Amino acid sequence: MSNKIEKWLETNTFHHGEFWDILELVKAKEEKGLKISLCIPTLNEEKTIGKEIVIFRSELMERYPLIDEFAVIDSGSEDNTCEVAASFGADVYRAADILPEVGEKRGKGENLWKAIYQLKGDIIVYVDADIKNIHPRFVTGIVAPLIKNDTIKYCKAFYDRPMAYSSGIRSSGGGRVTEILIRPLFSLFFPELTSLIQPLSGEFAVRREVLERIPFPIGYGVETAHILDVYKEWGLEAFAQCDLDQRIHRNQSTNALGKMSFGILQTFLNRLKSYGMVDRLPELSTIYRQFQAEGNRYEQLTREIVEYERPPMITIPAYREKYGITE
Amino acid sequence: MANTIPLIHSALPGHRNALQSVREILLANALMIGEIPSPTDAEEERITFLSNRFTEDGLDNISIDQAGNGMAILPGTIGKNNILVCAHADTVFSEKVDHAMSVGPNSIKGPGIGDNSLGLAAVVTLPEILKRLGITFEDNLILMGCSRSLGRGNLGGMRFFLEHNKRPIRAGVCIEGIELGRLSYASIGMLRGEINLQVPTKYDWTKFGASGAVAILTKVVQRIMEIPIPMEPKTKILFGSMSSGTSFGTQPTSANLRFEIRSEQTGMVSKLRDQIEDIIDEIANGSDTRIELSIIAQRKPGGLPYAHPMVKSMRAILDTLKVNPRVEPSVGELSELINKGIPSVTLGLTKGTHKNELNESIEITPTFDGLAQLVALLQSIDGGFCDE
Repeated sequence: MSNKIEKWLETNTFHHGEFWDILELVKAKEEKGLKISLCIPTLNEEKTIGKEIVIFRSELMERYPLIDEFAVIDSGSEDNTCEVAASFGADVYRAADILPEVGEKRGKGENLWKAIYQLKGDIIVYVDADIKNIHPRFVTGIVAPLIKNDTIKYCKAFYDRPMAYSSGIRSSGGGRVTEILIRPLFSLFFPELTSLIQPLSGEFAVRREVLERIPFPIGYGVETAHILDVYKEWGLEAFAQCDLDQRIHRNQSTNALGKMSFGILQTFLNRLKSYGMVDRLPELSTIYRQFQAEGNRYEQLTREIVEYERPPMITIPAYREKYGITE
Repeated sequence: MANTIPLIHSALPGHRNALQSVREILLANALMIGEIPSPTDAEEERITFLSNRFTEDGLDNISIDQAGNGMAILPGTIGKNNILVCAHADTVFSEKVDHAMSVGPNSIKGPGIGDNSLGLAAVVTLPEILKRLGITFEDNLILMGCSRSLGRGNLGGMRFFLEHNKRPIRAGVCIEGIELGRLSYASIGMLRGEINLQVPTKYDWTKFGASGAVAILTKVVQRIMEIPIPMEPKTKILFGSMSSGTSFGTQPTSANLRFEIRSEQTGMVSKLRDQIEDIIDEIANGSDTRIELSIIAQRKPGGLPYAHPMVKSMRAILDTLKVNPRVEPSVGELSELINKGIPSVTLGLTKGTHKNELNESIEITPTFDGLAQLVALLQSIDGGFCDE
């Protein structure tokens, strides 16, 4: 086991600096006849979306045509995210307007899933919109392993994750859910997957042939479900990961991380059940309970978190028609 | 090439519109440059970025010199003359400051974006700009990011370049991100000084009745402010920063004042310096305190005459763009160029606010006027319309 992990770390873990020559990537992409789409899922990201679009369009479309298509897929922002994105020339779609016949669900996973229908690339690169120190490496680092190695199907980013503080930047703390939830679970049930340093990172590149065949939880569990499903179907060899150095982003409160963990755990346990790895799992509650104190009085806060899942896109008739899938 | 002044001017509105196509490239350069911290004397990473861009654009003679300046040549069709296009690469912000930029629909905000990330971005984007406009020059363009410009840097990068450069330079254009309309063609006489005050450890507070270094430094400032300053020729003493003390109730024993004297009149800066030295001597002796004046930088006054063809060209260009010129003397790279007898101007690219503050910001739309102005000026120089 540890030998396999060590070998995988050696062969499938990269640093973005290995892919500094973007022109070489463009040539390799063209030689293989690949089309690459970039999707940024958004919800109220007006402060950071403009910079991402400017830098990606300039560096990865105009200067080096690595990206063939670039879209922002929005969950219904109430700020100026869509206006800012459009003003810098991005194709902006409301998730609700894509495949309207399947209805509307709110959640990042919904945007990622609908991107498979909307975008035409052979590889889809997903990058979160809340990155303060955006740089072309956030795309080149995760797409390059897929361009260069046909056996790699899914590449994740990982970081030294500093969080922004008022007095500057200090390195620590990021990836708390990974360290106290995901890594222990993977260690217990899927030890090989512990080699993914940041399985929850929002930046990843995936081949269409994989994306269209896996279901998508629409909420917090989407990244976890992807990793489990891809691992089950294609094994550890299908994965790669790339060190993108620092990612400066918003810090989330412990309460928010609690909700996130609840959603991820639902997805994880449901996967264990469907893989036949556990029996007699009770029906899982969808109510997440937290408490707040006011003086000597304690109040229960409840929130329903249901990890609804979209089916594999290949099962959607409109998708099959659009991409001419007959089998 | 537009070979008459009317043709250059009539092309301005078209260029302004055509330049919209380089918006993402220019802004991405400004953002990526702006997010590399570059305090004076630590500009290496920013200059390396510049140098990589020059390489990607296939420029000639790409180099980083001993002083840390980054430069390259965009060869002209004849290449007999050289036009220097430069922007300073350093900022007033330390490496510890969060340099993340944010982009709004028509603005960019972040430390140093106007001073001078945008200016430097214009220098690195210039080859692409000229390519898209289909403009070639007979002269070579020397594109340069200058190191060690600000504060204690004392224009070290430009001085080094001018001392060692072997190529004849026909004219110089210094680019600042802000403010559009800026037209500097004269360097002002300047002295940048620092007063350091040290109260002896065994100071007799009862004897002198003062309350520490703050009080003594305040007295120095008050006395300097009493010096009569002429309105014409324009002269001023600018107090840039004061620092002393650590708490509410502890007598500070040291204090520091940073200031600049600026004057258009030859000799005025020296005269004021002598007066400040007298004040320092008097207060030091009267308070048993050690007070020292250090000169950090000095500039001689000088410049192009108002009627110089280069100044006239710039005025006409701004007039065509309906931008009001804001004539102001410079203490930047321009003064070194002018001292070397190289006809030069400093221009600004766009509107901005909060210069040198953490929330410094620039407007995006006026930048295209600023770039069109730069292109037209280079065409005018290349066409010989700025020669005396």
